[in-house]
Amino acid sequence: MPDIGVRNFAGGINSPNPFWLASAPPTNTGEMIMRAFDAGWGGGVWKTIGEPITNVTSRYSATDWNGQRIMGFNNIELISDRTVEQNLREMAEVKKRYPKNAVIASLMVASTREAWHEIVTRTEDAGADGLELNFGCPHGMSERGMGSAVGQVPEYAQMITEWVKEKARTPVLVKLTPNISDIRTVARAAKRGGADGLSAINTINSITGIDLDTFVPRPNVDGKSSHGGYCGPAVKPIALNMVQQILADPESTLPLSGIGGIGSWRDAAEFLLLGCGTVQVCTVVMHYGYRIVEDMAEGLDNWMREKGFKTLEDFRGLSLNRVTEWKHLNLNYKIVAHIDEQKCIGCDLCHIACWDGAHQCIHLDRVTGPVDGHLELHRTPAAKESESRASIAETPVTRKERAAAFAPGPYPAPLERISRVDETECVGCNLCSLVCPVDGCITMVQVDTGLKPETWDERTRGAACVPTVGEPAN
Amino acid sequence: MSTAVLPHDEQLRARFSELKPALTAQAAVIEADRCLNCFDAPCTAACPTHIDVPGFIKRIASGNLRGSALRILDANILGASCARVCPVDVLCEGACVLTRQNRKPIQIGQLQRRAMDAFWASGEAVPVAAPGTHKLRVACIGGGPASLACAAELCRQGARATVIERRELPGGLNTYGVAEYKLRAADSVHEVEMIRRLGVEFRCGLEVDSAAALVALEAEFDFIFLGLGLGAMQRLNIPGEDAEGVMNALELIAAYKTGHLRELHGTVVVVGAGNTAIDAANAARRLGADTVYMLYRRSESDMSAFDFEYEHAKQEGVQFLWRRQPVAIGQGEHGRLILETVQAREADGKIEVIPDSQSAIACDLVVPAIGQSPLTQILQELRGVQARDGKIVADRVTGQTGNPRYYAGGDCVNGGREVVDAVAGGKRAARAMLKEAEVAHA
Ligand SMILES: Cc1cc2nc3c(=O)[nH]c(=O)nc-3n(C[C@H](O)[C@H](O)[C@H](O)COP(=O)(O)OP(=O)(O)OC[C@H]3O[C@@H](n4cnc5c(N)ncnc54)[C@H](O)[C@@H]3O)c2cc1C
Ligand SMILES: Cc1cc2nc3c(=O)[nH]c(=O)nc-3n(C[C@H](O)[C@H](O)[C@H](O)COP(=O)(O)O)c2cc1C
Ligand code: SF4
Ligand code: SF4
Repeated sequence: MPDIGVRNFAGGINSPNPFWLASAPPTNTGEMIMRAFDAGWGGGVWKTIGEPITNVTSRYSATDWNGQRIMGFNNIELISDRTVEQNLREMAEVKKRYPKNAVIASLMVASTREAWHEIVTRTEDAGADGLELNFGCPHGMSERGMGSAVGQVPEYAQMITEWVKEKARTPVLVKLTPNISDIRTVARAAKRGGADGLSAINTINSITGIDLDTFVPRPNVDGKSSHGGYCGPAVKPIALNMVQQILADPESTLPLSGIGGIGSWRDAAEFLLLGCGTVQVCTVVMHYGYRIVEDMAEGLDNWMREKGFKTLEDFRGLSLNRVTEWKHLNLNYKIVAHIDEQKCIGCDLCHIACWDGAHQCIHLDRVTGPVDGHLELHRTPAAKESESRASIAETPVTRKERAAAFAPGPYPAPLERISRVDETECVGCNLCSLVCPVDGCITMVQVDTGLKPETWDERTRGAACVPTVGEPAN
Repeated sequence: MSTAVLPHDEQLRARFSELKPALTAQAAVIEADRCLNCFDAPCTAACPTHIDVPGFIKRIASGNLRGSALRILDANILGASCARVCPVDVLCEGACVLTRQNRKPIQIGQLQRRAMDAFWASGEAVPVAAPGTHKLRVACIGGGPASLACAAELCRQGARATVIERRELPGGLNTYGVAEYKLRAADSVHEVEMIRRLGVEFRCGLEVDSAAALVALEAEFDFIFLGLGLGAMQRLNIPGEDAEGVMNALELIAAYKTGHLRELHGTVVVVGAGNTAIDAANAARRLGADTVYMLYRRSESDMSAFDFEYEHAKQEGVQFLWRRQPVAIGQGEHGRLILETVQAREADGKIEVIPDSQSAIACDLVVPAIGQSPLTQILQELRGVQARDGKIVADRVTGQTGNPRYYAGGDCVNGGREVVDAVAGGKRAARAMLKEAEVAHA
């Protein structure tokens, strides 16, 4: 039975599992956090505590895609609208009732040493297991010299981290904003300032869309909008990249709590494989509620069982060194697309994708006879389409006609609709396999080039001494 | 346009409530988003009018409903009725690639209806080229889907077309034949009205029944399109067939659709097992008949009706009597009828009667539904237009007949298929006539 517990994260934080709620509405109150712990969440980062603010209505907007709600989520909310006293009173209560779960206090106060010292002492007295410094809120707070402004200036970030470390007895995490050209600059500053860990990423500056009737961007606050913070499934790839950048950089790397678009155990496993110690979730919980953690925990457990991992440490960071610079990739590795005729359903999306979006090497010529080579030799998609528009089709009204129309063939799709890859032209870009709606129908298979692995770096270094032009012949 | 109106009959509406209610706006978008947007889509190829199915579906998904409807109407001017009446299982939806993944096909018919309903609701007219762009004048004989599609295509391209229909209302079987729970006669007439707004002229209540009438039309028009449909229902040719209480399927259907038959009771026997027989049987049930039998001389696996129509009939409570043949209709008590039948069997592909297998069914109505007979009378008058097996011989692509000034399409050419086939035939003929006229003027 795998153990998914987290021990000694960032020098002292424990939680029964790596799934934490990010500092956001799901952690607004003690009552909510306790319900979340009951549902199975290992930890929670309290909705950022500071001088209470006033929010506007409305506050959220989303990006829906292809019938799916909330692919991306956007908010223009500020930190907690509740008093510090209220939040800390409830935090003490939560800690008393749930001693095993991690309760992290997210903090944002005015940029003075005294203000930070005071809030650190008060939250730790309330029983917080750790502190998360919110330098990342991308809107509203930055105008007041807090949040992103601090998160975007390495010197400020370092200074405040140092102030906090002067007082803190519990681990100090710095939450990083992605709204900066290189997230590592602030990560390094936090590390120099003595942070015990990092959390990344916070939300990304965004405008999700504009109402085409009122011309007001969303969310609409009395006829105006404001840039907000983007999060949810859409941002995961950006978050993963930033997490990788931080953890691969010796001057930045620290225990990291991964955030951004996580909604399932798969997402979580990916962040852990890059080296995160815990993960945080906000949007998907706002969408479906706390109960999603059940499958996250079970799914991770089952996957670890299957892979033979006993603890999170067994696989944490395994994928980190699989990311390298482009110049270190093997130029002589070649794959080509392969279509499984028994799986193809004949949508021909691969054909049009390769013609209009790649290298014109998927053809519909299995019946007319394969043609390899130059473009002009092949029927273009437009010619193909106008041919079928000119054909005569009739409703099969008799049993015989219907039997003929729906007669099964050797493959599920009619042969003339099963496309064919010209492997001599295929550049192995993956596009067709990505558009194919059938799992496992298009696979990318390796072909032996007979060449030794060679990277760009190696090739150009070689070129410096041996000035050759042209590609080696196959 | 005829001034005849269809009665607004609440009872009819209630009894023939829609089989497939329209999708809500949001359900339509969700369904539209399921479409894979195939290249050279098989659904488009399977549609006789080759509607750009993924094209109109993606426009629904994006909220471009006007563009979606115009996309449909470009290929099929009767897009609204086709959305309701097409046997999509064996057409577009039957061709959907999702079925090969054991997934439900996209509800193409329902989505088409969504776009067309929205277009109708907008009240917008279908765009046409400037009238008179083409000098061409065409008479379309028959006011059914074939002629309507032909005339509409001609007017959209700027030519002039006149539809001549012998019945009071235009629309052909769309108005008088198709089951009311699929397409209301009123909606068919409404659709014709849209076609009239394209500039098509209608002469209803006028039968072209003589060589002289044709000669007159030849003088008035450049081309004549024949969209005559099929002939009358076939007779059973058994004794007692002309008794009161015998009413063929088309008469029954036309009568209820126009409000002349509002109620049935007792037992109804429909003879035949095609789609029309099923429509008549279902109608009898909905009109109040307690027991409805369908009598068929062959077996279940031989019936020509579509599978989904057969399933539907069973749901409506229609009962099937297989391998039974009617032999005579006699008079029973209290004005009822006695349908004498025998049991049949098949031997070497031939049907033979099983000796001593007579049985009688006491009933209140007998409905012959064994198919429409081919056109007879008018074909003899048609000047140089050839016919074979009661079907007009016309070029598959152009619809041109043996007489180059006559074109034909729809049931009278294909021997009886579906509305969408008639639309395709009419449209192809219109395009061929336009081309021919251009060549002549060039
Ligand atoms: C009961 C029934 C139910 C059906 N249900 C469906 C369905 O659900 N879905 C589907 O797709 N198809 C259905 N069909 C088939 C469909 O209705 C036909 O395929 C289609 O209507 C054919 O169109 P058409 O224009 O060729 O002929 P018709 O619709 O038959 O139109 C021909 C018109 O020409 C007129 N006419 C004929 N001769 C003359 C003349 N000499 N002078 C003037 N006018 C003349 C007739 O009165 C008629 O109005 C059904 C058919 C029937 C009988
Ligand atoms: C409505 C809302 C309010 C938030 N408030 C805070 C906050 O007060 N402090 C903070 O550090 N982060 C705040 N965040 C950011 C989240 O903690 C988290 O970093 C971000 O949403 C990315 O995670 P996700 O993709 O799982 O949502 C907020 C996010 C949302 C959606
Ligand atoms: S995308 Fe996949 S299913 Fe579609 S035609 Fe290509 S191989 Fe077949
Ligand atoms: S991998 Fe790229 S180039 Fe090769 S067939 Fe697929 S889309 Fe075309």
